[in-house]
Amino acid sequence: MHPVEQRDEVEMLSLMLLIRRFEERASQQYQAQKIGGFCHLYIGQEAVVTGAVAAVRDDDYIITAYRDHAHALARGTSPDACMAELFGKETGCSRGLGGSMHFFDKQNHMYGGHAIVAAHIPLAVGLAFAIKYRGEDRVTLCFFGDGAINQGAFHEALNLAALYRLPIVFICENNLFAMGTSVQRSTSLRQIVDRAEGYDIPGEIVDGMNFREVRDKVAEMVDSIRKEPHPAFLEVRTYRYRGHSMSDPASYRTKQELEKYRLDDPITRLRAQLTREGKLTNEQFDLLDKRAKETVLAAVKFAEKSPQPPLDTLYDYTYANGAMEPGHHRPEEPAQKRREGAPSPNTD
Amino acid sequence: MREITYRQALNEALAEELERDPNVFLMGEEVAEYQGAYKVSHGLLERFGPRRIIDTPISENGFAGLGVGAAMVGLRPIIEFMTFSFSLVAFDQVVNNAPNMYTMSGGQFNIPITFRGPNGPAHQLGATHSHATENFYASVPGLKVCTPATPRDAKGLLKTAVRDNNPVLVLEAELLYSSKGMVEPPDEELLIPLGKAEVKREGSDVSIICYSQTVPLALNVAAQLEEEDISAEIVDLRSIKPLDEKAIFESVTKTHRVVIVEQDHPFCGVGAEVCYRIQKNIFDALDAPIIRVSQEDVPMPYNERLEKAVLPNADKLVAAVKQVCYA
Ligand SMILES: Cc1ncc(C[n+]2csc(CCOP(=O)(O)OP(=O)(O)O)c2C)c(N)n1
Repeated sequence: MHPVEQRDEVEMLSLMLLIRRFEERASQQYQAQKIGGFCHLYIGQEAVVTGAVAAVRDDDYIITAYRDHAHALARGTSPDACMAELFGKETGCSRGLGGSMHFFDKQNHMYGGHAIVAAHIPLAVGLAFAIKYRGEDRVTLCFFGDGAINQGAFHEALNLAALYRLPIVFICENNLFAMGTSVQRSTSLRQIVDRAEGYDIPGEIVDGMNFREVRDKVAEMVDSIRKEPHPAFLEVRTYRYRGHSMSDPASYRTKQELEKYRLDDPITRLRAQLTREGKLTNEQFDLLDKRAKETVLAAVKFAEKSPQPPLDTLYDYTYANGAMEPGHHRPEEPAQKRREGAPSPNTD
Repeated sequence: MREITYRQALNEALAEELERDPNVFLMGEEVAEYQGAYKVSHGLLERFGPRRIIDTPISENGFAGLGVGAAMVGLRPIIEFMTFSFSLVAFDQVVNNAPNMYTMSGGQFNIPITFRGPNGPAHQLGATHSHATENFYASVPGLKVCTPATPRDAKGLLKTAVRDNNPVLVLEAELLYSSKGMVEPPDEELLIPLGKAEVKREGSDVSIICYSQTVPLALNVAAQLEEEDISAEIVDLRSIKPLDEKAIFESVTKTHRVVIVEQDHPFCGVGAEVCYRIQKNIFDALDAPIIRVSQEDVPMPYNERLEKAVLPNADKLVAAVKQVCYA
């Protein structure tokens, strides 16, 4: 069973629409102060994670940085749980404890949501190590930004992955900027993919505004990895339409540049491809978009009426109870209500 | 004196030190073209040029180490961490290289470097982005740590830090950047020595010992307590290390009661050290056990209500004061 044929492209288009409408609502709810902290939107980059998940199985591992809403949605985390997390509610995918930058969904093999730039890349290598250790044929997809490739953690992780020949695809979402710093101003190489060569990891570049190109390239890499574990590196050229986070006016780039990329919009592109091939009518597209909007609106309602995490659970997730059981990340018994002897409020 | 923001005060300190000493340079993420993630370095690139105001890639370990190396041969780097939560990526350079060099080289290489940036919890940034690092760093011999709470202290302490011949951490606070206060005019040299606390408000019933973000909190609480006839003296440590024992003891000898309000965690926190020194040296001056108000001993939750429950606040501080005053 070839994964590439498993996923219906119309379904993937509707996932991209869901992501976009989710992010637009998140932006609006952030402005309405329903969402706090830092919030980074994925608008413009939808084809990257959508293309990548279209090429893998549901039990493959996924991990990313803080621009993570789309990765959870693409993995199958419910929009309700995602929006509730942004609202800090108990029904959120991280129980309202993680927030926008720390989405986790164990069930759907989404291993976060990590806010320290590049700190998750070694974790990704650890996920891949565990796959090989257990003799499984899964693959890890590790997403990160162009800003992450100059951290020591990135370099150490690539070397380890290559040295141990681990089943991992490093996916650099090159949106040309790390906050206000362009790739030319941060990186000594002419192209990011050349980083991989230094570690003897096969690398390629794809157009991140083209869903099919991303999917096919990831599928090809994953295929090869499943046959014989090894790392691979993919530089995906993409663009974020919004500022770095909700508080960044993005004055370091021109309107013309943004417009140029908007004309190359990944959703418009896939839609055009499908329409041309007679697989999608305008009416069908409108319906998909309407459904995406409704789903997201429902998610906002769900988040709004969800309860806050109770105050007396404050100490429940600092330490896991009990001893490790083989095969479990943490024991399944319910967490102790309150750490014994915990001061309340803390005055000592 | 004129009123300026904490951010402006830091900006003036940077500009004045860059102006005074050609060996001083500022390096960090987004400090130059973006004018600083929190705009502390606003205008400095234009004024001092790219040779001295230097943008880096996201490579904290690399550029912190670069700073230490440059300091070995006499430059005086100011290294900005976008926040001190990210300084943890450079922990090895800050903790292992900067403070050990002078000892290890038998006094040949002192490291005149300033590490600065916002520290401590801001608002709903979650566990990775809310670290209060003062107690980690203050526990390292060879480092100095200061925690200005007002624009005046921010300016005076940062300038002093840059001139110090040792590694100094200036721990600012995101939530204080826009706060305002009176500061000497720019033509008046303002240097505030490290290791000097300041009584921010005189009082007679209880000493509230605080620093950084807990100073405005303590001042508010003091005003509230006054209405209940409790007179609180507010002692702002300003430097965690060196620690101004003398000022602490003077205040406690006067009030006989102590609450320490700190923004770090309770276990091995700053208050534990202060508390130890008070009881060891002036045990007889105490009329009640010392109480510490700090964060709860948990990683910071994102949820706003839980975050509030974790942080020190006015209610907790008032309760602690009443407890030591047996009120
Ligand atoms: C170690 C560390 N340093 C700095 C930051 C602050 N920061 C957050 S995102 C970011 C830019 C990262 O850009 P990139 O990796 O290109 O990802 P993108 O935002 O484009 O998705 C910076 C500097 C951080 N979170 N962690």
